[in-house]
Amino acid sequence: MRSDSAAASGPRAPWWLKLLAWGGLVFLHFPIVVVCLYAFNTEESAFSFPLKGFTLEWFRVAAERQDVIEAIGLSLKVALAATALSLVLGTLASLVLARRQFFGREALTLMFALPIALPGIITGIALLSAFKIAEVEMGFWTIAAGHGTFCLVVVYNNVVARLRRMPNSLVEASMDLGADGLQTFRHVLLPQMATALLAGGILAFALSFDEIIVTTFTAGHERTLPIWMLNQLGRPRDVPVTNVVAMLVMFITAIPLLLAWRLTRGTEQVAGSSK
Amino acid sequence: MTTAQASAPARGGVGRSLSNLLYRRSTLRLLLLLTPPLLWFGVVYLGSLLALLAQSFYTFDDFTMEVTPELSWASYKALLDDANADIILRTVGMSASVTVASAVLAFPIAYYVARYTEGLRKGLFYVAIMLPMWASYIVKAYAWTVILTKGGILYWLVGKLGLDGALEWVLELPYVGGTSLSTSNLGRFLVFTYVWLPFMILPIQAAIERVPPQLLQASADLGARPAQTFRTVILPLAFPGVVAGSIFTFSLTLGDYIIPQLVGPPGLFIGSMVYTQQGSIGNLPMAAAFTVVPIVIVGIYLSIARRLGAFDAL
Repeated sequence: MRSDSAAASGPRAPWWLKLLAWGGLVFLHFPIVVVCLYAFNTEESAFSFPLKGFTLEWFRVAAERQDVIEAIGLSLKVALAATALSLVLGTLASLVLARRQFFGREALTLMFALPIALPGIITGIALLSAFKIAEVEMGFWTIAAGHGTFCLVVVYNNVVARLRRMPNSLVEASMDLGADGLQTFRHVLLPQMATALLAGGILAFALSFDEIIVTTFTAGHERTLPIWMLNQLGRPRDVPVTNVVAMLVMFITAIPLLLAWRLTRGTEQVAGSSK
Repeated sequence: MTTAQASAPARGGVGRSLSNLLYRRSTLRLLLLLTPPLLWFGVVYLGSLLALLAQSFYTFDDFTMEVTPELSWASYKALLDDANADIILRTVGMSASVTVASAVLAFPIAYYVARYTEGLRKGLFYVAIMLPMWASYIVKAYAWTVILTKGGILYWLVGKLGLDGALEWVLELPYVGGTSLSTSNLGRFLVFTYVWLPFMILPIQAAIERVPPQLLQASADLGARPAQTFRTVILPLAFPGVVAGSIFTFSLTLGDYIIPQLVGPPGLFIGSMVYTQQGSIGNLPMAAAFTVVPIVIVGIYLSIARRLGAFDAL
């Protein structure tokens, strides 16, 4: 099996291609490693290199910072609300658009791609001006609504891809055996969609947790974690705490993402299969 | 017996009428399912976009600093002022160079992963590309400010390699340089390319993976050298992947205002202009007119990309 596929993939990669590929990986991970290194740096104010020494002190300091804890709390709450919103709306949209042909379908598909295709600043300022016209007070719900809009697209993409790969004969069989639409949804569609939903939800969560451009427009006086980070960059005072928080932010998003990847693994396209 | 015989066609009739009803109701069900997401998107999102568009035609009074709903082309005319046209050109130029650089850097990685890895190693590469892609944007930007700063890692490395002279020479070049790495266009370009690179790798990889191995074998059987196969078979088939990736790199750079604020020379970007116009100046019509620029550019880009088949590669 292994030797077969190795034979099928032909000649081995030339050394320079290997070098470029691994070099690319090093480039992609270099800044992440740097952030992690500086979180343990003993020096308080500068980014000099080589580092002066190793300490865990800044983790303790960060844990006692009320503003950091509040920002993390707000970010988590917003991400949960945006994920819930996008899961419901994204699933509904994908159920309709996965297979059925009807007038305006193309336009709808394009519309759902807009918040990803257009720069985030446009979503941000459009929502801001709409909230202003509607005289909505900026705060938690305006942030969540903004995030929900582009998170919806992520859930929709994930679920729609799964539904398209699922043979329609399953639904037909269920209907033939006398199940109504709701029963078919619960016993046939939902189990098939479950991992795609979960993965979409996790991606939506991570996306919302990290979002900054739309947030700067819709946040009012609230401070999510990315906004806290941005404020810190404007006045480099609490450098050590910023380093620690930066490292934590990476881990908070990395772990669920690895989980999402495991969930959708094996459902991706394989080599040579046409779309 | 007779009742069974009699009920059979009746049941069929009920069944048929039920399925007919279901069939007719399916449009109703479609509407029911579609209403919530449609309301959200149609009213909240598209509504906001249209409201924004409308406001770009409003009038802003320079003296009272107030916006009045009098329709005019003033904001669009102002876009053509030297200073504003400069901002647009600068942003588009940066977006284009970041896109080209990402494609050049991404192709070998994507090609290697798609053609020469499998099983565990493919999984490893996939995760290793995906994690930096999803890692916090603001943290990545922050990391680069740390790396590029004077006395930071990059300056240390350049010093160790004895390349100070070369760095100074590069920083003195027009359009590229600046007073230091973290205040130069080169630095900004580097950060942008880094941040959007994974968005380019994954579509290209997907496109190359979709090329059937038989096609490559056929090409080899017909006498093509590997380089010929690459040029005449793989490259054209991978191109939609490059275009798909470029939608991300181009559009994301076009609208960004965080990285230009953190790294690079002081000149404004489209994004930062939108932010200052609506925020500190309160000139929403001008901000709205500025957002129309990326909308139009991305719109044109998308329609070209669509013709090139990039949407199937997404």
